[in-house]
Amino acid sequence: MTTTAQKTAVRAVGTAHVRVEGRDKVTGAARYAGDVPFTGLGYGWLVLSTVARGRIRDIASAPVLEMPGVLAVLDHRGAPRLNTDYAGLMGIRPDPTCAVFQNDTVPHLGWPVALVVAETPEQAREAAEALVVDYEVLPHDIEFHGDHPDSYPADGHMPGVTDKGDLEAELAASAAVVDEEYTTPEEHHHPMEPHAATARWEDGRLEVVDSNQGATWVVGELANLFSLDPASVRVRSEHVGGGFGSKGVRAHQVAAVMAATILDRPVRVALTRPQMFALAGHRSPTVQRVRLGADADGRLRALDHRSVSRTGTIYEFVESSAGVARTMYDADAHHTENRVVRLDVPSPTFMRAPGEAPGSFALETALDELAEKCGIDPIELRLRNEPDKGPVSGLPFAGRNLRACFEEGAGRFGWGRRDPRPRVRRDGRWLLGTGTAAASFQAGAAPSTAAITAEADGRFTVRISAADIGTGARTALTLVAADALDAAPDQVTVRIGDSDFGPAMIAGGSMGTRSWSLAITAAATTLREHLVPGTVIPAEGITVRSDTTAQIAALTNMERHSYGAQFAEVAVDPATGEVRVRRMLGVFAAGRIVNPLTARGQFTGGMIWGISMALHEEAVRDPAFGGPVGADLANYHVATHADVPRVEADWVDDTDPDDPVGIKGIGEVGIVGAAAAVANAVWHATGVRQRHLPIRPDRVLTAAGDDA
Amino acid sequence: MKEFDYRKAPDVSGAVALLDADPDARYLAGGTNLVDLMKSGVERPARLVDVRQLPLDRIESTPDGGLRIGATVTNSDLAAHPGIRGRYPVLTQAVLAGASGQLRNMATVGGNLLQRTRCAYFTDTTKPCNKRDPGSGCPALGGEHHNHAILGASESCVAVHPSDMAVALAALDAVVHYETADGRGELPLDQLYPPVAGTPDRETALPAGALITGVSLPPLPVAARSRYRKVRERASYAFAIGSVAAALDIRDGIVRDARLAFGAVASRPWRARTAEQALIGAPATAETYAAAAEAELEAARPLPHNGYKVPLMRNLTVAVLSELDEEAAR
Repeated sequence: MTTTAQKTAVRAVGTAHVRVEGRDKVTGAARYAGDVPFTGLGYGWLVLSTVARGRIRDIASAPVLEMPGVLAVLDHRGAPRLNTDYAGLMGIRPDPTCAVFQNDTVPHLGWPVALVVAETPEQAREAAEALVVDYEVLPHDIEFHGDHPDSYPADGHMPGVTDKGDLEAELAASAAVVDEEYTTPEEHHHPMEPHAATARWEDGRLEVVDSNQGATWVVGELANLFSLDPASVRVRSEHVGGGFGSKGVRAHQVAAVMAATILDRPVRVALTRPQMFALAGHRSPTVQRVRLGADADGRLRALDHRSVSRTGTIYEFVESSAGVARTMYDADAHHTENRVVRLDVPSPTFMRAPGEAPGSFALETALDELAEKCGIDPIELRLRNEPDKGPVSGLPFAGRNLRACFEEGAGRFGWGRRDPRPRVRRDGRWLLGTGTAAASFQAGAAPSTAAITAEADGRFTVRISAADIGTGARTALTLVAADALDAAPDQVTVRIGDSDFGPAMIAGGSMGTRSWSLAITAAATTLREHLVPGTVIPAEGITVRSDTTAQIAALTNMERHSYGAQFAEVAVDPATGEVRVRRMLGVFAAGRIVNPLTARGQFTGGMIWGISMALHEEAVRDPAFGGPVGADLANYHVATHADVPRVEADWVDDTDPDDPVGIKGIGEVGIVGAAAAVANAVWHATGVRQRHLPIRPDRVLTAAGDDA
Repeated sequence: MKEFDYRKAPDVSGAVALLDADPDARYLAGGTNLVDLMKSGVERPARLVDVRQLPLDRIESTPDGGLRIGATVTNSDLAAHPGIRGRYPVLTQAVLAGASGQLRNMATVGGNLLQRTRCAYFTDTTKPCNKRDPGSGCPALGGEHHNHAILGASESCVAVHPSDMAVALAALDAVVHYETADGRGELPLDQLYPPVAGTPDRETALPAGALITGVSLPPLPVAARSRYRKVRERASYAFAIGSVAAALDIRDGIVRDARLAFGAVASRPWRARTAEQALIGAPATAETYAAAAEAELEAARPLPHNGYKVPLMRNLTVAVLSELDEEAAR
């Protein structure tokens, strides 16, 4: 066709659109990684260690190989050797848990020791459960304490320690001081769709159909591990049923590639829900000490936030909870410190709002305690401590609209009518209270590539190796592309989840949509330059590619974050310890909102997870065995519908004229501060502080005493 | 998975004959617990005898003025039955406090009584458990036991019975009817579950091969004012950490009759007879209710991490009895 001058279409970004693949998902037409059929598919079942530390003496594979349908038993004695000496995405070294079957060492309970492959999943499981593994059992230690003598400061994805001023002097000079310990438990991602991967060799290329948060990320890891040319590896991940940080490279993909290589046929390995407790990563428990010192008017003189988290013996991951204060609050003396202690447990990993979720619980509860001590409204206390530059970085803020979030939220929630006194409201057997907390999460961007084809029929096809992990990213990118191309959304097809589309940022760190939108916008700009009126589009279309590496390197270095104000109302029965959240409101400043429909879902989803974090979620490890007790969703409680009341999320204008797309991340900020808002409301209801999550009935009952 | 034989029983005696008192065979009704246990490997039956289609799905009046509930009546139908809702509201409330709508549509009365503990050591075949593997030990004693028993437990086992329905039935003096190859028999619900002692694997007093055919409720005027309250760690879809089934008859400010049972405190629904004795004839006051609860809980032997259940059960008992008291006053 021949292009003509287009009139400016109605802007798509900012208007509500249902998911472009929504019909496929609700009718079952959308195929997830474990659903895609393959001819000659073999099924692998991972065998996990039943001891918490030791060495494998023997694996009795011979009898299992005689069982019906069994094709192979893979273990450290015959599995392909892997290369683990490399740095992957963001310089992160591979977690040895993924490098399966390389030696006889068992560093934690649930360590993969073998893969049984059979013709059917039932045969594979029966054989896997029959496989006898003989261990030399060594003593283990999983007992995590805040004062563990082996803890050490650790960097992780940010410096371990920041320090300025004289803490002790400022604390001594403070009119009001808070000095408390807060703890959060081990938490798990548990996306609805368990991890699953199918690997096969096809015409000399390795193809993996997978459920992940970044197809080119997985390609890079697999290519490194198996010493392959990245161009000879293709990873597809069309639909993903949730990730939350758990869906990178894990043991099942590597085991599937090994088995497909050895058997020369497609092999699928899926994790079971109990296996996910050991192999999908988790959020470390934290023990946090917060010391705040303030003048009588609430101005912070001292801020000290120290967090200890737990990691495995073979891999260092830091749950950097003390990082929150580095951008949120300033003080004359300001100290933050993340420490870890290595124990015989599986590797933790990034989980929705890593650092910020547990860190904000401690810090935002401590601020509520300081407000109580100073006799200042908790919102006013925060606003009096708004910094004008990054407290640690000294960099200017690229928009800091926390005040607008609080002002809008306070009006809607009815905060102005709040009686600050605790334990003075009752509704039958329920004590009522309200609480608030601030939220923030960094708004970063990473280099990505995109391709856009102007098709001969006038439509556009966008190809980008983005991942839609349930966020609505595919739909959001459709709207971004439509506006950038000056086209209607139904003229644009966005194809994602295929590493052959080229490198792109993962769906993680609240950076996906922003990073991908930059690449799509750049490609669209170039394409429109090509499509001057009169351009004849050939049958194969006109394709342009973009790469935002240089553009992102040129972005001004600023403190760029999303913000939010969380509000909660709770009811507490002091006779039984039951806590019910009655309503929640979150008001966010999170850049340009691309699709209000799915954005609201992400915000409220984060807030609901915050309720769950506040009241329910907790994996309890048995020190004698080293593993979680009740590794299933009957024992690991997440909030049910009955726990989730009216949850409202909205946003204020948050423009950033200096940014090419003005989009900030919204995936994580929704959970930040949510648990603190609930905990602060529980204090307001009962007069008793809850500094340990989850706020279980027994904790409320014990704290409240015997006062039916 | 282990392969198994599946048979559909034509009638009650046929079901009993098909099972043949074989320790490797199981009756299958709603399957909401048994199938889960088969998936986790706790149960590996060689034969399943499906009893779901047996004609035991009615709730009928008995000559003495009570009700007889067939064993395959679903939890949903039981809760919705007008006779149950009107005359035994505690039973409807207990059933609706359990599981989810989907599970209640499948789960049966007979199966509910025979469901197994949810102790996480019992359901994990890689762990020792005296109930699953007699003599192997009880890791809950020194491990995770915040929702384990405070009453009637032993060194062998501290697991709790998971049923809500059975707690209400215990308070209502229900009788369990069964059939074996030798004929019919019955057991008061209170005697269905023997004390744990050193044999936690022996969970019921039913003879080998018995099929529960129904549960009968006596006419019980006191039950007209009855209530079930369940405390759990989320608002729905969780097992109790403590529950109370109570019925109360108050006249002229005096407790004339009372029924009380506790859930999630013992290996069986715990009929609180000591508390009942303290209630009957006493003034209907919060002090009486507290004293009654405390009398019952004197026998409590909490573990290091479940001591909260003592004040919880005391408070919950006082709250439920007070609510019934207020209801009577209206």
